[in-house]
Amino acid sequence: MKMSGAKAIVEALKREKAETIFGYPGGVIMPFYDALIGEEGVRHVLTRHEQGAVHAAEGYARASGKVGVCVSTSGPGATNLVTGIADAFMDSIPIVALSGQVVTSLIGNDAFQEADMFGITMPITKHNFKVVNAKDLVPSLKMAFTLAQLGRPGPVHVDLPKDIQTAEVEFDYPDKIVIPTYQPKIEPHPIQVKRAAELLGDAERPVIMAGGGVISSNASRELTKLAEMLMSPVVLTLMGKGAMDERHPLCLGMAGMHGRMSANYVLNNCDAMLAVGCRFDDRITGDLKHFAPEAKIIHIDIDSAEIGKNVGVELPIVADARKALTAIIDALAKVKKRKDSSEWQKRMKELMEACECDYGCNSTPIHPARVIWELNKLMPKNGIITTEVGQNQMWAMHFFKAHTPRHYISSGGLGTMGFGLPAAIGAKAACPDKPVLNVAGDGSLLMVCQEFTTSVEHDLPVTALVMNNNWLGMVKQWQKLFMKGRYSGTKLGKMPDFVKLIDAFGGKGERVERPSEIAEAIKHGLKSGVAYLIDVLIDPEADVLPMVPPGGRVDQMIPSDRCGKISRLVKR
Amino acid sequence: MNEKTNGAQARKPYIISMLVEDKFGVLQRISGVFSRRGFNMNTITVGRSEQQGVSRMTITTTGDKRMVEQIIKQLNKLVDVIKVIELEENECVTREIALAKVHVKDYAARNELTNFTNIFRGKIVDVGPNSMMIEITGTSDKIDGFIELLKPFGIKEFVRTGITALSK
Ligand SMILES: Cc1ncc(C[n+]2csc(CCOP(=O)(O)OP(=O)(O)O)c2C)c(N)n1
Repeated sequence: MKMSGAKAIVEALKREKAETIFGYPGGVIMPFYDALIGEEGVRHVLTRHEQGAVHAAEGYARASGKVGVCVSTSGPGATNLVTGIADAFMDSIPIVALSGQVVTSLIGNDAFQEADMFGITMPITKHNFKVVNAKDLVPSLKMAFTLAQLGRPGPVHVDLPKDIQTAEVEFDYPDKIVIPTYQPKIEPHPIQVKRAAELLGDAERPVIMAGGGVISSNASRELTKLAEMLMSPVVLTLMGKGAMDERHPLCLGMAGMHGRMSANYVLNNCDAMLAVGCRFDDRITGDLKHFAPEAKIIHIDIDSAEIGKNVGVELPIVADARKALTAIIDALAKVKKRKDSSEWQKRMKELMEACECDYGCNSTPIHPARVIWELNKLMPKNGIITTEVGQNQMWAMHFFKAHTPRHYISSGGLGTMGFGLPAAIGAKAACPDKPVLNVAGDGSLLMVCQEFTTSVEHDLPVTALVMNNNWLGMVKQWQKLFMKGRYSGTKLGKMPDFVKLIDAFGGKGERVERPSEIAEAIKHGLKSGVAYLIDVLIDPEADVLPMVPPGGRVDQMIPSDRCGKISRLVKR
Repeated sequence: MNEKTNGAQARKPYIISMLVEDKFGVLQRISGVFSRRGFNMNTITVGRSEQQGVSRMTITTTGDKRMVEQIIKQLNKLVDVIKVIELEENECVTREIALAKVHVKDYAARNELTNFTNIFRGKIVDVGPNSMMIEITGTSDKIDGFIELLKPFGIKEFVRTGITALSK
């Protein structure tokens, strides 16, 4: 069928079931916007900044598992997408970013609003396309959607010159394509699987570390099953949060820099580690020289380049996480003699109990842990949480007990302030029936607060729970701990009145100054039906503890004053 | 040293040979992998291969085994890359071309240079009033050796292509 390039893009979106897209128009993307008129199958959400569009697309993808789509014009519109594309790249999130480009005859002439997006996005995408021949448009779009999801997911950028959008193209859109030069290995090797089962069966102190790959391959059930078979503790990376129910008696929660002492302890003292869908980021391993010194590491990843990149492994398994875990479960059932790990299990129980501190702190000014304590009680099972970046994120990471995959959304690898609010809006668009709440910092939120308008205008209600400390708290914490308290550039000072701000945007909000008021406010937010902001004035001196100092050893955490029991236990 | 860290292993030269789709941007993608991940690239040569639309690329690098494995895996991930292999020195043929413009002060020098060129199976490709240009093809070692011999004459300019290689 013949049609304009712009119409072909819209048709491709419909074929890919991208029923909501996020974007911001401009000169050279106008043919596409024109083609959107009257299209029922594609809902366009006009964000108030392109960065909002790309993070919303990420939130949509992270919450739904589908490809998120964002659109911008050329030049400044496209460069505004860059942070979000890089964010999706670091966290392996499938998004397709479309941006307009100047007409092909002007490319290279420094034309008005020309930026070399092909060059700029190359190192931060899984793959990118610059469509300069109309006949390549439709195949490039199919490739883009395929590549975003195939194997290790990631962002794909497509540069769309204006004349390509107005040219006539043949719309021939196959359901499935094979890309001969990109064939990820999905099935695990049976010999490796057998060896993994033997190695795990032979361990006295096994541990499983689960990362974001478990979520992207829908392997949560298999993860839990294998853990139960082995009676092995499970620790999560930040991206793995939600991969296993943190209330499960084998799940120790998050490990790493701001992880739980118990989780770091088992990670460092195991004799066999099954790492699945994670990449041994420095925020997890700390000082590599002292990381898990006795562990034989089995590493499952769909990206072979992740294996051996940061730590040497005993046994690599390049495969889809779910396929690999399923195969190991089957193989383990056949392993007859298993080592006795009852000592380790006992130890794990002790650690878990000792790590359950009382964080329902009743002091005023409010301790941030108390906020998450309330959230743990009030957040409905189907509720989605997003976070900003900084202390707010780490308090939520540390204390919130996530239970379901895709219900806990955070910027992991890039650590992007301003991610949480637009991501929440994107998640709400993907899951309109679920309540969505953004745990925010005052600094982060102000970077993207214009997106409250998007929430109100497009009826995508979300709640922002602001941990207001009037500081760029996480940086301040580092200045306090590692730079002798020399605070530079971290005091926020004169900030807007957030309750008035949300009011101005057409939402609702309230301020909370005492611990006893938190619960009510959260309840209001969750059922408000319109953008809601809870401005929680927290203790500005509260730090995120415990903490592994940067480059430090994971078994030498700076404790919090609630860590007494577990500190004593891990020293033993 | 903990065996789990990427500690220092012996560094040595490696030859990486790859087949890539002849699409625009492919060279940028490949060099991007090297610069972004901090791998060094000593030489790179690109040209058409026996297949239509496919180029063969030879890259030499210096590093340890683990780094080279990483390079190969990262390159393999690129969608435009068809195949990447490491070539072992004794299982492939490597060649490099050098052109050298050398000063010749007198007749004797001209004679001596001609002799050297013949011994190394080089070719004199241009002759000027007080210079000669020599072309030489061979392994990098051979070219290194030849360049050493030329130095006393006074090398005005020289250029080498970098290694190209094919497995046996
Ligand atoms: C876009 C961006 N700029 C800068 C940083 C560095 N940074 C990390 S945490 C942080 C402070 C965040 O402050 P706030 O949002 O108020 O959260 P808090 O730490 O106080 O909870 C900063 C500036 C970042 N991660 N992202």
